[in-house]
Parts: sequence; C-alpha cells; structure tokens
Amino acid sequence: MRSVLSALVMNEPGVLSHVAGMFSARGFNIDSLVVGRTEDPAFSRMTIIVNADERVLDQVRKQLAKIVTVVKVRDFKDLPFVERDLMLIKVATPPGRRGEINELVNIFRGRIVDVGLHTLMIEMSGEEEKLDAFIDMVRPYGIRELARTGVIAMPRGGATGNGEQEEVARSERQPLAKPGRAEPAAKREPTAEEMQAIPPG
Amino acid sequence: MTTLSGARPAAPKPAERFPEIPPEKSADKVGDKPSIEVRQPDTTAALGLPLLGRPTGKTNRFNGKTGAQILMQMLVEHDVSDAFGYPGGAILPTFDQLYEKPLNFILVRHEQGAGHMADGYARATGKPGVVIVTSGPGATNTVTPLATAFMDSIPIIVFSGQVRTHVIGNDAFQEADVTGITRPITKRNYLVKNVNDLPRIINEAFLIATTGRPGPVLVDLPVDVTTSKVEGVIDDTPYLPGYRPKLAGHSKMIGHAAEMINAARKPMLYVGGGVLSSNAAAEVRALAEKGNIPCTTTLLGLGAFDENSPLSVHMLGMHGSAYANYAVQECDCLIAVGARFDDRVTGNLKMFAPKARIIHIDIDPTSISKNVKVDVPVVGDARMCLQEITQQIQRRDREEWFAQIRQWKERYPFTYKNDSALAKPQAVIEAINKVTAGKAVFTTGVGQHQMWAAQFIRWSVPRSMITSGGLGTMGYGLPAAIGAQVGRPGEMVIDIDGDASYIMTAMELATIRQYNLPVKVAILNNNFQGMVRQWQQLFYKGRFSHSEMFNPDFAAMAESFGIRGIRCEKPEDVLKCAREMVEHPGPCVVDFLCETAENVYPMVGTGKGLHEMELGVVGCTPPNSGREMGTLA
Repeated sequence: MRSVLSALVMNEPGVLSHVAGMFSARGFNIDSLVVGRTEDPAFSRMTIIVNADERVLDQVRKQLAKIVTVVKVRDFKDLPFVERDLMLIKVATPPGRRGEINELVNIFRGRIVDVGLHTLMIEMSGEEEKLDAFIDMVRPYGIRELARTGVIAMPRGGATGNGEQEEVARSERQPLAKPGRAEPAAKREPTAEEMQAIPPG
Repeated sequence: MTTLSGARPAAPKPAERFPEIPPEKSADKVGDKPSIEVRQPDTTAALGLPLLGRPTGKTNRFNGKTGAQILMQMLVEHDVSDAFGYPGGAILPTFDQLYEKPLNFILVRHEQGAGHMADGYARATGKPGVVIVTSGPGATNTVTPLATAFMDSIPIIVFSGQVRTHVIGNDAFQEADVTGITRPITKRNYLVKNVNDLPRIINEAFLIATTGRPGPVLVDLPVDVTTSKVEGVIDDTPYLPGYRPKLAGHSKMIGHAAEMINAARKPMLYVGGGVLSSNAAAEVRALAEKGNIPCTTTLLGLGAFDENSPLSVHMLGMHGSAYANYAVQECDCLIAVGARFDDRVTGNLKMFAPKARIIHIDIDPTSISKNVKVDVPVVGDARMCLQEITQQIQRRDREEWFAQIRQWKERYPFTYKNDSALAKPQAVIEAINKVTAGKAVFTTGVGQHQMWAAQFIRWSVPRSMITSGGLGTMGYGLPAAIGAQVGRPGEMVIDIDGDASYIMTAMELATIRQYNLPVKVAILNNNFQGMVRQWQQLFYKGRFSHSEMFNPDFAAMAESFGIRGIRCEKPEDVLKCAREMVEHPGPCVVDFLCETAENVYPMVGTGKGLHEMELGVVGCTPPNSGREMGTLA
C-alpha cells in the first residue's frame, strides 16, 4: 500500500542522515523522500512515500516519531490531500516537430522553459501518474535528460501536516518556538494566592 | 602601558562587554556565583519536558567560563560523582579541568573499557554513566559500548574530543566523523559548534539519556569549543520540540488490561529490563502477589522479581527454564512489562504463546507490536502503569495453573551431572551463589558462563545482574564490574566470566589495581569459546572452527598486576576457592578450570518454538532422584 507521510523535523545537520539511516537499518523501503524548508527556519519538512503493509507502516510511523529530532509525523491516509511532483525534462526535437510537442505540453499543462536547436526543456508539475504519462508520451521523440523532485504533499482544508486543526494550530505550536522567544508562564498575571505570597515591597 | 612582559592586559570592564545584564546584577557580581535571580524555574516542565531535577533558563552563571569549565561545572550540577575515560590531544582542555578533581575520575586502559564501566555503573546505580575520551580512535573505541548501551537501554553519556571546528572535514590528525558513526547507536548525538550552545546541549544530553526509554548520548566537543569562553547571558533550557516521553498509561488501556487479567485463568507476567530502569520491582511484586500471577523474567530482568518466591518461574527464553517456557506456551494471558519480545526470548514467533492474549506495557511505542501482535498496548512508565493496574485487579485462586507449574518445576529443574574430572561450570556458579547467598552484584561476559550464571544464581535483588543482553558484547564483564564497584563501593562485585570473554578486556586489571577496587573475578575456564563450541557441536557436525583458545595462566597474570590470583584445578576445591575469593579483602581473580564438553540446557534451537526446546540433561532427570544439584553442601 502506498502511503504518504509528512514529518516535521528540526532543521539541523544529521537529521536527514538519521531518518535515511533508520529506513535502511530497519529494512523499510522508501519510494521517495523530499526535504525542504518550512515557514519557520528552525524546521524542515520531509515528505516520505512508503510502500508497505499496515504492520510495517505502523513501525515506520513509530520509528520516525521516536527520532528525537523528528518533531511530528503525520500519515495522510485518512485525509484528502494534494500531492505534487515537479519535473524538468529535456526532449529531443527533430526539425519540424516542435509544434507536436508544444501541443502535448499544453494538454498536460506544462511549460516550455528553454528552447535549443534540437531540444526543448519542459517544466511540469502534478501527481506522479500524470508525469509518468507525459514521459511515456514524449519517449518516442527521445528523452535527453530528466530530473524530478519527488512528491510533496499537504492536506486539504484547515488541517495541517503537523497533525492539528486550524483552530488549535497556534496554541499547539507555541512550544515549538525557541525558548527565550516564547517565554512561557512568565507573561501571565499572578493569581490572588501568588499576590499574597509575594511579600509587599 | 605595554603587555610585552607577559602580564595580562587589563580585562575590559564587564559592564561594557555585557550590556544586556540589568545594572543591579552586573559588573563586579558577574561570575561570582550563580545568580539564580536571572533564571526561570522549571522551564523544562513548562515546555512539556520531564523535569531535569534542576531549574534551567536564562543565566549568566557561565559568563567568562571556558567550555571545559562549563562541562565540569555542569557534570557536578547533574550529580555526576564519577566518570571514566582516557585523555588525548583533542580533549586535553577538559582533562586540565579534571586536574582539580571536581569528581572521581577513573583512568582506564582502553576506551571500550571506559564505556562498559559507565554502562555497569549506570546499571548498578541507576545514575547515568559518564565517559570522557579524545577524538578519533578514542571516540571510535566507544562504539561497542554505545551499541551495547543502546540495545539494553542504558543511560550513558560520552563526551568525546574533536578537532577544531574550522578543520572538521579536512581529515585532520585523529579526526573521525564521530556523530556520523554513532548516529544509529545513540538515542541522540551532538557536535557542539559554539560554546554558547554547550550548557543547553549538556542539559539535553542528561534529559534524553535518563528519561523515556533510556539510552546513550554522545556529545562531540571540538577543542576550540572547550577552550573558548561564554560571554554574557545564555539560555540553557533544553529545546526538544519532538521529545515528549509519555509517562502515564492510557486509562482506557489500563482498564482493558486489568479486565483481561481478572478474566484470565492462566495469566503470566513476563518482565524485562524496563522494570529495572523504572525502578518498578516492588510494583511487579505487588501485582503478582495481589493477582496471584506467576512471573518470569528475561535475562535483563533478572533481579526484578525475587526468584525465591513461589510465584517465580525464573528466566525464560533460549536457555531459560523449561517450566518458564512451558508456562509461556500454555498461559492464556501474557503480561509483558518493560520487555521487547527479543528473538532469544520468543523462539519462533509463529509458535510463541499461542493460547495467550497479550498485554504489553512499555514506555517505547516502537516496541509494541514490533515482533508480536499485542492485544492491549499500554504506553507508559512501567511503575506508574503497574500501580494503576494493580489497583483494578482482583485476587484469583488459579490453583490448577499453579499445580501445573509446580509439576513442571519438579520435573524439569535446572540441573547438571557432576561426572567429570574437571569441575562442572554449573558447580562453580552454585558455589559462588552459596558463598555469597546471592547477595552481590554480578557481572558477566557473554556465552555459556553468562547463561549458567543466569540459571544457577538465585536472583532476588534489583540491579544485581549486570550483563550485555541485546548486543551480546564479549569482554563486557570485567569493565562493567569495575563500573559497578565504583558506583557501589561498599558492596561485593563479582565478574563471572568466561576465558574468551575475559581476555578481551583483561588489561583493565591495571585499572582495578590503580584504584584498589576490590573486584572479584571468577573465570569459568574451558579453553574454548564455549557457546561457539556448543553451536559447532550441535549444528556444524563438531567442526570446531577457531573456537579453541590458548590461555595464559590467569592466576599468574593477575599476580603480575599485583592482584591476588588463585588457580582452582580440582572439582573438590571449587567451594574452597570461591570462599577464598569472597573473603579476600582486595581484588581477586580465580581461574576455575572447567569441563570443556559441557553444554547449556535447556536450549531452544533456532526456528523452534519455546515448547520444542532441547531439554538435554534437564530432561534426563527423573523427579527427585539422581539430581546432582546441591551436592557441594
């Protein structure tokens, strides 16, 4: 079963190696693993595609969450979500056939980003299957080079990959802020008992 | 004014250097003593982390101190009274601080020894063990101890030297990518790149090592970090947004567990090392006694349940008691506490506890349903969960169940035949059990002697069995015994070792002598890697490929270190020599020459279910007759 996991991790050296090492050490197979920065420079997000049965997947989730530098793990299995893969592909363009390829690119909602004498570079994003389909379409022309980012994903609606709903997201996220910035407990007003306990003057 | 004479230039006024300190606490007071005013209490708790035992927050108490000074100060603050290690170039700034003797430091002969000592220390005391070693080979020599501690969930913290930050990655002298090497065998590791991060990282290291499922942590300290100074106020609050060890079990799951136990006709407790880490031996006993439930322990759980209790069925697993293995296969409810269903415990998983519904109490969610499908998972601290479950269970009679277990116990006791010219290794262990009354701290190497020690000593006290279970590290016994002795100075510590295991780390005899530690060593010497020989005999047609050992005269070797050495050559001298060993006031090594062909039984072969064990001599013994145990009188 193909599963999409989203892991919020601390942005520091060694985390990727730890996660990748855990997968190989425990014999889990990753189809795709993408890391990128988030809106907070202290954290990165990993999107991991795993093909495994429910028992293995349960271990994958738990082992991921166990890594101290992994902050949150979310499995998108029960959520509607959007997933995207970005591809750059350089296709050989025999003289006179540029139009055909351009038509294909338009049908697949891609963009031509570079034109050479005998090649076209095309940018395309979408779900994996769509990109695979496009690759099959242009294969007869000759593929010179291909690069894909792997899948990133995000749940639809108010839910987030951190496992929260929109409303609670802010209060839940407070502990994530660097200590010193958040200053928990210090900001609130003292209670009546505390006021009495503090000797006046 | 010049400073060419070598006189130190006048320090800039602190007030100029640290403008952020409020005026009433600044200037001349800085660096005097910790100014608690600036620190926020219990910030770790406010962040949802377990308490560190001391407050953290913004502080100027490290102002003007070098990394090495901070390390020493914080070790003392974290109640570290002893540490183990070996100096070297990249860690010299730290060793210079040790010259002032802020804590009791044990110089070892090999860094592997330091790691195992810290591990033995941690297992014997419950406190984290601390190791200080240099970069490169110093650090890589701690890899085996780190892996050992990782497999057995033991809190040790290794501080390793590292080359200067600006040459990291340039293949400098004694450089190794230590954080890279140790990542899969540490719970967390750090390369400190800025001295201002050091206090926070040290706090995190202690927090991570000792909470949740404990484990080793490594902190790599480049020379320029230990030599440069912190300036001004820094925050030493642990910052671990992804770390929330869960302590209290889910009340619904606890309710389910209690219901299942109450409904069970043949329940069985299966208790592992987690019970010792959470100091829950009393709670296990309370549950077993209140519910009238028999209890078996794993190798690492030995001592967590008093084996003299009629409820005890001793150790289970590959070389566990036949009665424990039969009981597991027969029980209808298995209550696993702080254990992880290791393959040496379960045998063939497909046949493991076929009639049982399984309750699993563990602080580590990854342990649950990893090997065996669990019916009731309870994630939490063993102590807290057991207390709650015990409240909700009722006493049941279970007369039939206990009658069945009693019958197995009488039919298949641990046994051996005293029929050889040389001493039987089991007889040596029995003699040691007799002369100590089981009241000592025991460590072992790995192999036959380890299994016999587990079988023939009647374990009754928590933290009295110190052994490498998960990784099976030969050579663990002697350094672990040193660590245990350092941690529990007034008590008798005995390393029960095999000749092959012992000689792997025997150079630590010099450490014993240097610090006059009264460690006892009993070597079961059969001039073989006994367990390898057993497997080669049983599964490789007796082709003893490279398992026979040439050994020195161990007694003479000990004497050459200035340690009392005794050679026990005859079976009839075993008890006398064992007694001499424990009565000798200082360190003592006894070389017990043992029968070579002896095998450990019962034995669950690979791929077999627990009930399919080879009984060997255990099965040959008709009840109450011809049994050779206790003939030492």
